[in-house]
Amino acid sequence: MSEKILGQKAGREVSAGEIVVTEVDYVFAHDASGPLTLDQLKTLNISKPAHPDRTILILDHAVPSPNSTISNNQARLRKWAKETGSRFSEAGEGICHQVMAENYASPGQVVLGTDSHTVTAGALGAFATGMGATDIAVAIGLGKTWLRVPESIKIEVEGALQPGVYAKDVILTAIGKLGVEGANYKALEFVGETISKMRIDERLTLSNMAVEAGAKVGLISSDATTKKYLESRGRGKNFQQIAPDKNAEYEREMTIEAENVEPTVAFPDNVDNVKPVSEAAGLEMQQVFIGSCTNGRLQDLQIAAKILKGKHVSPNIRLIVTPASRETLILAMQDGTIEALVQAGASVTPPGCGVCFGALGGVPADGERILTTTNRNFLGRTGNPNAGTYLASPATAAATALKGALTDPRRLA
Amino acid sequence: MKTLNGRAWKFGDMVTTDHICPGRYFHLRTNLPELAKHTLEDARADYAKNVKPGDIVVAGRNFGMGSSREHAPVVIKVSGASAVVAKSFARIFYRNAVNIGLPVVICDTSRIEDGDELSIDLETGKLIDMTKKFEIKFAPMPAAMMGILSEGGLVPYIQKHGDLKI
Repeated sequence: MSEKILGQKAGREVSAGEIVVTEVDYVFAHDASGPLTLDQLKTLNISKPAHPDRTILILDHAVPSPNSTISNNQARLRKWAKETGSRFSEAGEGICHQVMAENYASPGQVVLGTDSHTVTAGALGAFATGMGATDIAVAIGLGKTWLRVPESIKIEVEGALQPGVYAKDVILTAIGKLGVEGANYKALEFVGETISKMRIDERLTLSNMAVEAGAKVGLISSDATTKKYLESRGRGKNFQQIAPDKNAEYEREMTIEAENVEPTVAFPDNVDNVKPVSEAAGLEMQQVFIGSCTNGRLQDLQIAAKILKGKHVSPNIRLIVTPASRETLILAMQDGTIEALVQAGASVTPPGCGVCFGALGGVPADGERILTTTNRNFLGRTGNPNAGTYLASPATAAATALKGALTDPRRLA
Repeated sequence: MKTLNGRAWKFGDMVTTDHICPGRYFHLRTNLPELAKHTLEDARADYAKNVKPGDIVVAGRNFGMGSSREHAPVVIKVSGASAVVAKSFARIFYRNAVNIGLPVVICDTSRIEDGDELSIDLETGKLIDMTKKFEIKFAPMPAAMMGILSEGGLVPYIQKHGDLKI
């Protein structure tokens, strides 16, 4: 699929290993790397994006801003967007990857952002990848970038997932098999019956974590589900079918039987350090976080609310919930999801990156364990190198919050 | 490009961008000299305090795993290191390092020990461990990236060529 998308962009056939210079459909920078991006544009003496309508500045990492330094940085991005006529997503609108999925990314597009989880939009059939501030400055200024066409690894998932098992468990299982460097420089393609039946919410979870195996993109074929999603977002005209050829060449193929996937947890400090929740059940946690670009969408919050409704989290647990976007928050308020979570003891924080990367609230104490629905459990990731970060699905997170210790959601009565 | 000489600072496998530039110092990202005081803090707290200009970061597999934060190679450069040598690199870190003009070398680092005096010639692809008296040959960087690195990074490259001519 990478060769198809990049070939379409280049207007010729391209093959893995080749370097292409390609037009960029959308490029975004967020408040964590935006200031450095603007510094580089200034050095380049570029005052305006090549395509302001395809350039988006998104405030999501520090929401709301905790200090004057960050406020000043955010004000600079806000002002620059206004002056250049670029698009802008205000703090509280949502996490960049959710904003891109809701409003911009479409099949066949090249999407770049100053964040490694830009791969999320691969779920919509976009060649979406994260880069550093300098590459993004050049993409904003020139409207193009250079890419090495990646070789592809096929992850085929067949059959039905057991109740209580979700996309997050599938991707943690896949990364456990691939290893954190197993797809370095490669494209992951998620195919098969299980993927076809997944909603966009779930597909975004899979693509989001492709980078945790080192992958450059995590692509999913665009199909009727994608079309319906784009139509619901007012982007129906952008639909095009992107799917691998029947005889597509893969460097490696892996099959996962959905019915064998178990609720899975990644132990500190690497994402491939996975085991079934059932093998580690009972491990005490002190904090649970449900949110992020991986698992902060409506369906994720609904799954957690279903488990927690009418109950209360363990007295030993602090539960923090952060919806991925304002739209998610509104929908979750309207259907009672937020009320159920708050009644159960959750603190709900504004849409943003929140607890995930350790810079804004929810930092665990020394020796504590935090179970999160995010994508990284590196040492110090949640703000304290003397605490441990564990990754799991929203269902496992909610079950764990209820019991105060790691709990298989299938074991709840 | 001139020869790089310096002391080896040895690190293990899977050094992440959170080891190199912890997220908790987010507020310092627009103050690079201050941010660089925390370089590699969660891998070796002694590094940032004692690193000397020209020193060389030596690591195992998949150095720079994780975030696309360019601040990770930037703080290594600002800390004074002249290069990073590793068995392998995470994709985004490698590209970011080249873009900001920080030389990155891929070779078998097993025999290099902490404190060894190293000398690296990027053009001939040769690393000499002066302390242990052995030499490691390494493959040159892909041409597209060498073109960027030899201009000192992507910004000077664009300033010179006016476009991406990869």
